[in-house]
This record gives sequence, structure tokens and C-alpha cells, in this order.
Amino acid sequence: MDATLPILILAIPLGMFLVLGLAGCKMSHKMAGVLGCLGMGTTLVLAYTTAFTYFFSGSPEFVNAAGERLQAVIFNHTWLAFTDKLVIRLGFLLDPISAMMLVVITTISFMVHLYSMGYMRDHHGVYERGFQRFYAFLSLFSFSMLGLVVATNIFQMYIFWELVGASSYLLIGFYYVKPSAVSASKKAFIVTRFADLGFLIGILILSYYTGTFNFTELTSAPVEGMADVFNVSETTALSVKSIFESSATPVFLGGSVLTWALVLIFMGGMGKSAMLPLHIWLPDAMEGPTPVSALIHAATMVVAGVYLVARLFPLYLMEVTALEFVTWVGAFTALYAAIVACTQIDIKRVLAFSTISQIAFMMVSLGVARPEFHHGLGYMASMFHLFTHAMFKALLFLGAGALIHAIGSNDYTAMHGLRKYMPVTHWTFLIGCLAIAGIIPFSGFFSKDEILSSCLGNSTFIYIWMSLVAGLTAFYMFRLYYLIFWWKEHKIPEGHHAPHDQPWTMSLPLVILAAISLVAGFIPFGKFVTWNGHPYDFMAHFDWSVAAVSLCVAIVAIVLATAMYRKENPLPDKFRAALPRLWEWAHHRFYWDELYLFITHKIIFDRICRPIAWFDRHIIDGTMDAFATVTHAASRAIRPLQSGQVQLYVWWYLLGALALGGITMLCLL
Amino acid sequence: MFSNILIWFVVIPLLMLAGLGLCRDVKQVRAVAVAGSTALIALSVKLLVDYLALRAAGDTAPMLFLGSWTWFAPLNINLAVGVDGISVAMILLSSIILFTGSFASWQVPQPKAFFLWLILLSTGVFGFFISIDLFTMFMFYEVALIPMYLLIGVWGTGRKEYSAMKLTLMLMGGSAFLMLGLIGIYYHSAPAGQPLTWNILEIVNNTIDPGWQRFLFPMTFVGFGVLGAMFPFHTWSPDGHACAPTAVSMLHAGVLMKLGGYGCFRVAIYLMPQAANELAWIFLILTGISVVYGAFSACVQTDLKYINAYSSVSHCGLVLFAILMLNTTAMTGAIMQMLSHGLMTALFFALIGMIYGRTHTRDITKMGGLMRIMPYLCVCYVIAGMASLGLPGLSGFVAEMTIFVGSFQHADMFHRVFTIVACCSIVITAVYILRVVGKLLFGPVYDKHHLELTDATWWERFSTVGLIVSVAAIGCFPNFFSNLIKFTFSPEIFKVLGM
Amino acid sequence: MLLVPAMIMFCCGVYGFITRRNMIAILISLELMLNAVDINFAVFNRYLWPEATEGMFFTLFAIAIAAAETALAIAIIINLYRSAKNIDVRDLNKLKY
Repeated sequence: MDATLPILILAIPLGMFLVLGLAGCKMSHKMAGVLGCLGMGTTLVLAYTTAFTYFFSGSPEFVNAAGERLQAVIFNHTWLAFTDKLVIRLGFLLDPISAMMLVVITTISFMVHLYSMGYMRDHHGVYERGFQRFYAFLSLFSFSMLGLVVATNIFQMYIFWELVGASSYLLIGFYYVKPSAVSASKKAFIVTRFADLGFLIGILILSYYTGTFNFTELTSAPVEGMADVFNVSETTALSVKSIFESSATPVFLGGSVLTWALVLIFMGGMGKSAMLPLHIWLPDAMEGPTPVSALIHAATMVVAGVYLVARLFPLYLMEVTALEFVTWVGAFTALYAAIVACTQIDIKRVLAFSTISQIAFMMVSLGVARPEFHHGLGYMASMFHLFTHAMFKALLFLGAGALIHAIGSNDYTAMHGLRKYMPVTHWTFLIGCLAIAGIIPFSGFFSKDEILSSCLGNSTFIYIWMSLVAGLTAFYMFRLYYLIFWWKEHKIPEGHHAPHDQPWTMSLPLVILAAISLVAGFIPFGKFVTWNGHPYDFMAHFDWSVAAVSLCVAIVAIVLATAMYRKENPLPDKFRAALPRLWEWAHHRFYWDELYLFITHKIIFDRICRPIAWFDRHIIDGTMDAFATVTHAASRAIRPLQSGQVQLYVWWYLLGALALGGITMLCLL
Repeated sequence: MFSNILIWFVVIPLLMLAGLGLCRDVKQVRAVAVAGSTALIALSVKLLVDYLALRAAGDTAPMLFLGSWTWFAPLNINLAVGVDGISVAMILLSSIILFTGSFASWQVPQPKAFFLWLILLSTGVFGFFISIDLFTMFMFYEVALIPMYLLIGVWGTGRKEYSAMKLTLMLMGGSAFLMLGLIGIYYHSAPAGQPLTWNILEIVNNTIDPGWQRFLFPMTFVGFGVLGAMFPFHTWSPDGHACAPTAVSMLHAGVLMKLGGYGCFRVAIYLMPQAANELAWIFLILTGISVVYGAFSACVQTDLKYINAYSSVSHCGLVLFAILMLNTTAMTGAIMQMLSHGLMTALFFALIGMIYGRTHTRDITKMGGLMRIMPYLCVCYVIAGMASLGLPGLSGFVAEMTIFVGSFQHADMFHRVFTIVACCSIVITAVYILRVVGKLLFGPVYDKHHLELTDATWWERFSTVGLIVSVAAIGCFPNFFSNLIKFTFSPEIFKVLGM
Repeated sequence: MLLVPAMIMFCCGVYGFITRRNMIAILISLELMLNAVDINFAVFNRYLWPEATEGMFFTLFAIAIAAAETALAIAIIINLYRSAKNIDVRDLNKLKY
């Protein structure tokens, strides 16, 4: 495949960032917005073309005779050579998941670009301050995210991983005058940075033992006879594999070095994907503008962790311990986030916790995936869920943005009963809720069902656990839906207009995303995305019993939510009173933030940083100053000898002369 | 003699000094400073191009553009010059920082005297980087150090006399060790019966007696290490930087501290490979401590310059740390870190100087929300911060990653564990950088009086843009710099790498 | 035997140098010591190397230098007196540290 399209896919957003960032303040708001949308639109077309070529062209570069989809490195440019083998290259890797991610990212990003044209202005149509900056950062983010998914080697991924972190920091702190936004952006960056430390160390360990950063070599090694699919020679794969096997010997705290490397790399993914216990930044990240939350903190950046594990999946298969770790982190996070989401008041936070919970679903799905069971169904399910979730969660966030834009508050207490005033938002939001709850035929049903099937294939316990979480998901989403659109009549505050639907720039993305959420479930995903490129027809393996159970669970949860929240009634308060402790803990997110504050402020700042600073000033510097002080004191002590009294000097001289004379005499005698 | 391009790096500053002597008003002083530093930049670019051309033509000598002129024959002292890729990079760095520093001190009081000392300082710096004769090198080293005393003592702020004295005395203390070490090297520079020499290229061929190496290596390493802010000899740095005027902080952190790192590998490790191999672990522990320790200390400071000075301790610690890893990649990373740290700290100090010049305070608890007031300076500050915490695309990332990857390639477990410890600094760096950015630039405006302040003037923009472009250039095209540097760190040239 | 007066003169000179406060008196004591040394030179020359005359010449030389030195010292004292109105050495202790 010609490298022009792939280069343009990366170059256009980067160029747009530079143009808008450097010249943005010179151009009008509208101009900047239109330019940003045009740039993203072009990227969208190019990315679709690329993905389409990959999946459907049937060129021998992409599909082999057996119909397996291959990994194709379109270009790979040396960026920094550490040693002969350890080289950071900037390249473009096209394989099922990267092609899928190209579609997801450009779609959501374009929707958000379009939506922001309407969102980032007030009711009189005046653009917000820093509008050009907003588009510049959006372009930067799109560039970084696209670079991340097409990475050909783990270090390129790390580079763009950091860049998405930075653009997320800049966008969360977009309203930089607001102290809460500033601290949220800082928190997001530092927490993910901490996770990236693990990622970096993981990369260091992995590259030390294998001597390569390239995904093609790393991932082809553990799998027999897969060198062809991963586009490397059989000998390379075998040599890397032999290194793996020999490196399994050093054992540290009960895990082989490779296990530790993979767990540490997964730690990077835990940070970006907000897994327990590194999830604390995501709810706060909702301080950013809502389109940003939709793009970065719901659809694309937060799934980078899932993508990372998926990218290295063959390696994880080598170390099942690491994969089990992934499963359990995912399972706990899913339950935790779902419980917390049931008690939040801020609608964006509900969505944030729901995002955490859904990403955890994807993680669990990867964790339970095994080649033995339905040819790695979990992997495919995870990617499928990533795809559908990106669509319906972006839809929900953009819908929430429309509500916030109309009401001017994030809390559902200020909303209630909006269905009459904002019909477009209402219907699209409902579609989003049905999709996430997993109701047939919405997209979420299919992807979630496959996740549950693959859980069942691994262990019944995980299956029951995740089904419970799926039920909770349906419950809290419908709780949110009813509290926003039903519950009681909307009370319009004095001196305000009645809330109304938004301009077309905001409605259009909602409608498009709703349409996608409606039909995306029917995509035969297994034909496109599987862990070994081998097409897989999941309808042939469809487990109707699992589907029926999950549908029942979802419907029961929705009925419960309807009973509790459709009309104003005392039932929710009763529940709350029945479990006060649980409600209180869940409402305060199980006090994770307080724990972190304690660790960072009371321990790191007060117990480490301050003593070190004190030690530096008083002990180290004090010692240095002490040299000067001692010299000074010594000079003071002998100073009186120079009294200026000439006759004293003579006395000293005489004494000295006599003493010298005496000593000489003694010596001579 | 003047046909050698290198000698001009000393001649031009000397001509500038003469020119400054003739100046009558501020405009002439500025004209001389700008013209001279532009000439130096042009010359260093020419040097880079010539150097690459020679290398491309297949010249594999360790040093190029060699020249040697007798200075004092009885003691074999020569003015011997020669450069390799590292020196070329350091010369380029110095000229960029001198250039931007001249713009940053556009409105300094008593400009004539200020620039006289500043140029004298840079004469020493350039002379140091081109010399390959230990004696000349040491002389230029001292020439670079002494003007600091006056520049801080006269043009500084705060407790300037104290800081100037402390800085000078500590560095002189280091020099004392260094001089002992250098004289020791001189007396063991040749096998018995042959004439002694100060020339590095000759000494390295006549291996110094290993017993003496063990004694001389710590001497020279500590001597240069003091200037490289090695723990526990770093305390001159916070006070010195805090009190120094803007351009001096820039030149000092940007270039002068690099003299330390440069000397450490060019003299200590290059000439004494056996001792380096045996004793590196001691200094590795010290520098490993300074990486983490500097970063933790920076977290709780409230004075902008102190924060930066401690961050310099951490970053320069990383330079020495990587040099001591004694492998090609890590040492290349060390030099990249020198370049990167030089540029971004210069940028930081320039910006701090500019902000201080407006708000008259450097206390971050007394400022806030400056982004609304002076957007240009604040955006530059964010960029500098991002470079410092290692954002890809800016210089800090490539340097740190080269160091970490290189260090981790060490076969010894001890080295790898220490690398992981040093890696932790990337998180702590993020903490203190974002803390400052959040407090200083973002949030509501703290002091109403600050609302009347103005944004950057043209010369300030000039100075910052120059530095940002350089930082981005290293960050975007690292392989060019890496290859430039890597040539020297081959086992054929650096014996220690083959051990 | 001739050394005895010289010895006495020298001791007087030392005593005077140390105890007198007036700078003129100190100068006189100084001259006493010088002259005692001169006598010693002459005496030692006469008894130890009668055939040589270096000691005698040295004495003459020392007398000439002493004269010049006295002139210089007086000049300093006069100048001191002009500026400080005082030639007591105990009060003239600015020359310290």
C-alpha cells in the first residue's frame, strides 16, 4: 500500500495543530472551527479509505491465501537508534485492530469537532474564549491518538501515549481559571504519569530480554506458526521465542521476569484506562468541556489501555498469570465503578464511572480470552465492545453535553422532566441507554453478550460476577435516564427561557451516533477482528442461553429502575435509608480520593519532600557553611595577635627569638 | 594559527571584549554583543557542517581540526585544540545560549561592565570546549568560573554577596581537587624516560599506572563533579541560581554546569578507564541519590528559581549517572541530556527572569493566574515545563529515554536496579512542574496589581523563540544529534567501553 | 671586655623600645641598639680578623643607613603627629587586622 494516505492521516491533524496553535489567535473563531472540522473531515475520509482498503481490498499484503488478515507495516522511519537492535521507529502498522481504531477515532473526533462548533458558544452565539486553542488541542489529541494506534513498536506507542496524556492534560485544564479544572488536570497527568512509570519500566525489562521494540517480532514469537501473519521471518520469531523461554528463569517475588514486565506494562494501561486503583483521575477529568470528555475520556484515550493489552495479547498468552491479573483488576473495577455510578448526582460523573466499568468489561474480556475457547472469543468481544462502547458512550456524553449546555448545571437535580423540551436529545439518549444496558437489537447487546460468553468459557464465577455488573449497568443508566427526563415536571428558573434542543451542529452528531449504536451490533465483527487474524463466525457459536440470561438481567434491572425513578416517589430514599453505610461509601467513591490525598500530602509531601528539603538546607548546606564558619572562627581567634600595638609585636618577636635560640642551643648541646 | 577554525572561538570573544572596551553607550554595547554572538552561532554552524563533511568523507580520527602551538616549552604546555562531535554539540549549545542570553539581558544596568564579564566567561567556556591540552583546559575553566563571582555579586538579587561567595568558594574547592588530579595526570602521562605531556590524545595512548588512576580518578571526578552539581556538593547551585541575574543563570545552568559533565567524561573517564571501571559504582550511588533527591527537594520549594535549581540538580545528576553507566547508549544519552538540559533550563531561567522583572517576586504563593495577563510568557513556560517533564517531541524525552534504555542494557543487576530508581524521577518531575504551572499560571489572578503588567517585548520573544526552536529541534530529530555524539563513544576511542 | 658596654647599651635599647610610649623615645632606643651592634661589629673585627677591615666598613655603612633611617622615621613621626596630634604608640593602633 502506498504510504501517502497513512502519512496524511497523521500529518493533517498535526499540521492543523500547528496552524491553529501558532496562527489561531490571528484568525476568527468561526474560521478556526471550520478549519478544524475540515481537517478532521479530511482525515476521516482518508482513515475510512485506509481501513476499507485493509479489510476489503483482498490484496496479498493484507490477506493471505488462508483468508487470515496480516499485519502490514506501511512505513517505518527510524527516529532514534539506541543500539543496533533497539531502535525507535515512527511507522504505520495496519492490522485489524489498528484499522478498526482508525475508524473509531476519526469518527468520534469528527463528531466532536462538529459538535463543539455549537457547544463552545453561549446561547447568544458568542464563541468561548480560547475557541481556537480548543480546536488546536483537539487536533493535537487526534494526531497523538492516531499515532498511538498505528504504532509499529512499543516505544512509538509510549511516545504517543505520553502525547495523548499531555493533550488530555491541556484539554481537562481548558478552563484554566477554574481552580477545580486546574487541579483535575494536574491529577490526571500525575496519576497517569505514575502509571507510565510502570509502563516504561516494563518496556525496559521487555526490551532488555528480547532486544527488540517491534510489535511484529514481539507478538509473533509466542505463537507457533504465526510468523507469516505477523509479517516476520520464521527464524526471527524463533530466536525471540528462545530468548523468552530462557528469560523465564530469573524469578522475582514469585513471578518470572516476563510476567513482571507484562504486569508493569499493564500498569500503564491501568493508568490510562482508569482501572482500580489508578482510576481516581477520570471522574475529576469531567471538569473539561463535555465534547472533550466524549472524545478523550469516554471513547478513545481511555481505551488505550485495552488496546495496549490487545496489541501485546500473544505475549500475555505466554504468561497466563499476567492475564489473570488483568482479569481480576478488570472484574473488581467493573463492580466498584458500577456501584459508585448508582449514587452519583453529577450526570457526567455517572457517565465517567460507567465508562470505567465498561472499560473494565473489555479488560475482563481480554483477560479471560484463551485460544482454546472459541478461538480467542474474548479478544474479539473486547474489541467489539470497544467499538460499540465508543459509539454509544460518545453519544451519551454528547447528549449530556447538550443537557448541560441547555441547563447550565451538571446535576440531575436541576434537570428532571426534560423529555418534552428536548426531544432529539431525549430519544438519542434513550438509544444510548438501551445500547449500554444491552437490549436487543442495540449494539451493546451483542458485544456484551460475547464478553459474557467468553467469561463463561473461562470460569463460571467470573461469568456470574460480570452478569451482575451488567445488571447494575442497566440499572444505573436507567436511573440516570429517568432522573433527567422523567421523575417530575421540569421547573424553569425565574427569568430563564425554557430549555430547548440544540443547533444542527450539535444534533447531527447525536443522530449519527445514535444510528450507529442502533445498527453496529449487526457488524460481523469476527470476520474482521480476531486475535490471530483468522476470520471467525460468531453467529455459528452464538450461545443463546447466555444471551437470554443477560437480556433477562438487563430487563429486570430496567424494570427496577423504572419502578424507582420514573415518577417522584419515596422509594429511592427508603433504599438509601436501608443501607446508609453502603450508600455513604459509594457516594464518596469508597474514599479513594481521600486515601490518595493522604498518601500524597501527608506522606510524600510532609514525610518525604519536606524532610529532604530540610536536610538539604540544614545538613548538607549546613556542612558546607560549617567549613566557612570554622575558617572564619579560626581567623577571629587568632586576630587579637594583630593588635596594632607595636610593642606587643616586639615582645612576641623577642619571645620567639629567645625560644628559637634556646631550641638551637639545646640541639647543639 | 588563525587558519584553524577552532581558534576563532576564542578570538571572537576576545575581539568582543576589545570592542566593548571602546563602547560609549548602551546601543553600542548591544550591537557588539549581538554581532559577536551571531558571529559565534554562524561559526559554530559552520563548524558543525565542516565536521559532518569530514566525517562523511570517512575521517575516523578521534578528534578533528587538530592544532597545537607551544605556550611554555619547559613544562610542555601547549595551546592544543581539537573537537569531536560532542565538543561541536557543546559549542553550538554555548553559542545559542550566549546569543539568547544577550537578548535576555537587553536592559541590564551598567551594560558595558556586565557584558565584559559575561563575554569573558564565555571565552572561558568556548576555550574549555576546544582545548585538548589539560593545562589550557584548566586555565579556561578558571576563566569561566571567576567572572561568576562579580556577575552574581554585583548584578544579582537577594543575598547576592553570600551566594556569590559560596558559589565561588565551592567551585574553587572543586578546582583545588581538580588541579591536584591534573598535575598527577601530567606526572604520569608518559612512560619513564619519555617527555611528559598535557595533551589528552597523547595521554590516552600512554596508559596511566592503574594504582595512580585509583587515586587520580576520584580527584578529577569530584573536581568536575562539583560543577556538575553532584550530591553532596550541589548546594552552591540553589543559592547561586536564585541570586544570579537572568543571563548569568542561563549561561550558568545552561553551559557552565555542562563543563562539569564534559570534564568528567573527557578527563576522568577517558584518561583513566581502569579506575573508572572499578570506582564508578561509588559515584553512581551519589548521582543516583541526587537524581531523586533533587526532584523531591524541588517539590516543596516556593521560590521559582529554587525549584529550577533543584530540578537542575536532578537533571544534571542524571547526566553524571548516565556517564558512569559506561556504555555507549547511556553515555550518548548523557550528552543529549546535557544539551537538552542546557537549552530548557536556559529557557526556564530566561522566563523566570522575565516574570520576576514584571512581578518583582519569585514566590509562587504570591502569584497566580498569570496566563490571562501575559499569555506569551506563560505559554513558553508551559512548553519549558513540558520539555522538562519529558514530553515527546521536546528534548527532555529523547535524552531521558536514551539514558534509561542505555543504562538498563547494563548486564549488572545493581546498575539496572539503580536505573529503575532513577526512572522514578520522571513522576516526581511531573509533580513539581505541574505544581508550579498550576499555581503560577493557572487559576484566578492572585494579585490585582499584576493585571497591569505587560506581555513579552520583542527581544524577550526573540530569546525565548530561539530556545524553544532548539529544544524542539532536538526533540523532533534526535537521531541526528545521537549519531553526532555516538561516534566518540565507541570502544576504539573510549577504552573503558571495551572493558 | 669591650663587648660589655655594647651589651648594656643593647639591653637598654631593648628595654626602652618596649617600655617607652613616646615614639621619639622609641626611636632613640632603636638607635641605641643599632649603635651597640655597630660596636660589636668593630670589636669582633678587631679581635677575630685583625688583618681585615670589612667589619669597620660595615659599621660605617650601618651608621650611614641609620642616619637615613632616622630621618625617615622622624618624617613619619612628624606626619603622624600632624594627622593624629599624638605620638604615643599605644594610641596609634589603627594598623591591625
